[in-house]
Amino acid sequence: MMEQALSGVKVLDLTWHIAGPYCTKLLADYGADVIKVERPGIGDPARAIGPFFKDEPNPERSGLFLHLNTNKKGITLNLKSATSKKIFKQLIANSDLLVESFSPHVMPGLGLDYQTLEKVNPRLVMVSISSFGQTGPYRDFKASEIVEYAMGGEMYSTGTAGREPLKLGGNVIQYQSGTVAAVATLGAFYAAEFQGIGQHVDVSIMETQAGTADRRIMYILSYIMAGVITTRWPPPREAVRMLIMPQGVYPCRDGFVNTLSLPQWWSRYIEALGMPELKDDPRFQNIYSAEAGMEFDAIWYSWLADHTKEELFNIFLKSKIASAPLNNAEDILKNPHLKEREYFVEINHPETGKVIYPGAPFKMSESPWQIKYPAPLLGQHNEEIYLDLLGYTKEDLVKLREGGII
Amino acid sequence: MAKLPLEGLRIVALPVVFAGPFATMLLADLGAEVILVESVHHFPTITRGYMPKPPQFLVPTTGATFGGSGGIQTYVNHWAGDRPWDRFVMFHALGRNKISCCLDLTRPGGVEVFKRLIKVSDVFFESNAAETMEKLNLTYDVLKVVNPAIICLSMPGLGCTGPHKYCSVFGAQLQALAGHTWLTRYPDLDYTTTQSLIFHSDAASGAIAAFAILCALCYRKRTGKGQFIDLSQLESVIPHLGEAIMDYTMNSRVQEPLGNRHPFMAPHGVYRCLGEDKWVAVSVSSEEEWKKLCRALGDPPWSEEERFSTPLNRLKNQDELDKYIEEWTCRHDNYEVMYILQRAGIAAGPVLDQRDAFHDAQLTSRGFFEQVSHREAGTHLYPGMLWKMGKTPISIRKPPPCLGEHNDYVFKEVLGMSDGEIAELEKDKLIGGDEYLIESIF
Repeated sequence: MMEQALSGVKVLDLTWHIAGPYCTKLLADYGADVIKVERPGIGDPARAIGPFFKDEPNPERSGLFLHLNTNKKGITLNLKSATSKKIFKQLIANSDLLVESFSPHVMPGLGLDYQTLEKVNPRLVMVSISSFGQTGPYRDFKASEIVEYAMGGEMYSTGTAGREPLKLGGNVIQYQSGTVAAVATLGAFYAAEFQGIGQHVDVSIMETQAGTADRRIMYILSYIMAGVITTRWPPPREAVRMLIMPQGVYPCRDGFVNTLSLPQWWSRYIEALGMPELKDDPRFQNIYSAEAGMEFDAIWYSWLADHTKEELFNIFLKSKIASAPLNNAEDILKNPHLKEREYFVEINHPETGKVIYPGAPFKMSESPWQIKYPAPLLGQHNEEIYLDLLGYTKEDLVKLREGGII
Repeated sequence: MAKLPLEGLRIVALPVVFAGPFATMLLADLGAEVILVESVHHFPTITRGYMPKPPQFLVPTTGATFGGSGGIQTYVNHWAGDRPWDRFVMFHALGRNKISCCLDLTRPGGVEVFKRLIKVSDVFFESNAAETMEKLNLTYDVLKVVNPAIICLSMPGLGCTGPHKYCSVFGAQLQALAGHTWLTRYPDLDYTTTQSLIFHSDAASGAIAAFAILCALCYRKRTGKGQFIDLSQLESVIPHLGEAIMDYTMNSRVQEPLGNRHPFMAPHGVYRCLGEDKWVAVSVSSEEEWKKLCRALGDPPWSEEERFSTPLNRLKNQDELDKYIEEWTCRHDNYEVMYILQRAGIAAGPVLDQRDAFHDAQLTSRGFFEQVSHREAGTHLYPGMLWKMGKTPISIRKPPPCLGEHNDYVFKEVLGMSDGEIAELEKDKLIGGDEYLIESIF
């Protein structure tokens, strides 16, 4: 097995749901040793969220949980008792990084705030991921994907004019803020490892969105620098046309394509459509004409209707026009380019057998992304961690179990 | 005094449009010296504007312009000025903490200087189309000869290998290919009438590219080895839709868009509030929260009805439920709804337009906006750091660079060139310059 980028980095993971676990999944998939701590009996709430393998609700069969927790070792620990706090501090002494995603009052409430943990391990990097940050008037507010996109992200201009603002599909804000948190985590780790500085990192999901391209950061700055309010826009057919070429989503024979146009691409369009005669057509001599755009639409719509999205993709690929089909999950799994790059991976899990998962977000030539083991069963690595790592005995373990501590 | 985490590291960057500039911004925030290598012979469309010198009639004065992209084309105070490329808001949004030099990479003399820069750098980062570095003959194979420990990252849309690697894509197309556009739609409209101009793929691949560089830096610090990172923007965004992918691979189910709704939460959505185009997002995740919501609304009679009595019933009768909730939200300001519901323990928050975001109490109380003075743009508050660090506090240390602003620093201090050497290269227009030598590409 090749050495990985983060081999030997020890992470204690107190995160749950999506944002935090995606952050620690990135660390684990690139080689860090991640110990995921879950509540005895219940575990990460993501275990209760679907889709479930064969649609059978079961905490060991949540596709969401399985996807987000690859390469982590799982232990259970109830953080509330005095004994468990002692155990937790032993784990902290053994860790480079602690990542947690509780509400800001939880860790201080448990007596496990950074000031306390720093005394146990001065080089510890503690990363706290929360909806609004560890300080400020909203710090204790509740949030969810849609609320975080509304307040932090660019929901206001997402969607169609005249309609309500639209949420982005899925839970992408959670994933993206988890990725930003992973950048913050490794940045702080770099300082700890090479300057000897441990510290507390405060990641507010709202700020990760307000400061993110595409396009919240720019639209906020456009308001500040020029008073521009960017709002939702009518669909392509009703929008004010600046160019002769199409812009936006259009129907084709078996689906839809999203097309983008730059002024210098007119000749590429003519080539793609196989209509060189348009070059001299008097109707199409001014590429900035909205009227000509309407004329061109007639040709464009009927041409699209004659082609499948796959045919269109190949034509646009050749003509170097930025246009792509609207894929769904099935299309993506069958995509020949992703197949050729061996993107998807098959992971064997005791409860599901072999299932295909999304693969590496980037390929490193020397220190690759790897799946060493699937997401942990609840408490799967209790013995390994408590016995082998912390030196407890089997009898201790029985007592801890009886005390509801693990 | 602690140094910044990446202080002392030098990153040479050729980032374009959104994703690459966002990635290098995060690394610059962490303290790396990010040197943008630009060219006065080539205008980077979108990155520094839509044309070098747009006629004033093409400089938009409102949000409603050019394909609906609004703020995407803004110049500071709607004035392009003598140096429009230094007043383009998009560049300002992602340019902080970086420095800029100009170098012509299409001619041997420029390449020679570039290689000297690579020799004294830690990372080379680029986010161009797959063929760009091949045409310039500046791929990893060439650069690692110059500096064996260099870390190179390329992030073309579809990656550096495979049958579609030369595919021309922007955020909108990546979004479509990744299956995200498929999932982002009003359930009662089709894709051609659902307008979505927010492209998550840039947010996703920009952040992960910064993470990739940090991984490679950790590895190099331990082993001394550089390496090549092949980042396909498409592949970096697909994991963000893991649930939809897994539903297909586990259950052969193709997930359909839900709009503002949720697979199991109800009520869940965006509701109209008092005022022009004001909205609030609300989500109720449990029976307990539902009871709190009813109480906060004054236990209205409809909340007792059988059709809203269980989570499943509420999910089934969402259209009616949403009407009742909107009747209530319509009578309140969106922040007022947030405070009423948050006090009751329910996730709720206003859909913040850009003005509201700039004045929002949470962002301002945490000092999110930082003041920046810029030679060509004046003094403004800019959106600031995406996270806070206790002992190595990060901030906006430098304004976004003007084109070629740091030529002297790069060529004299970093590369140690003599005045004579610089004069020679300047004469050939290989280095230097602070304005574009081309009129327009259109």
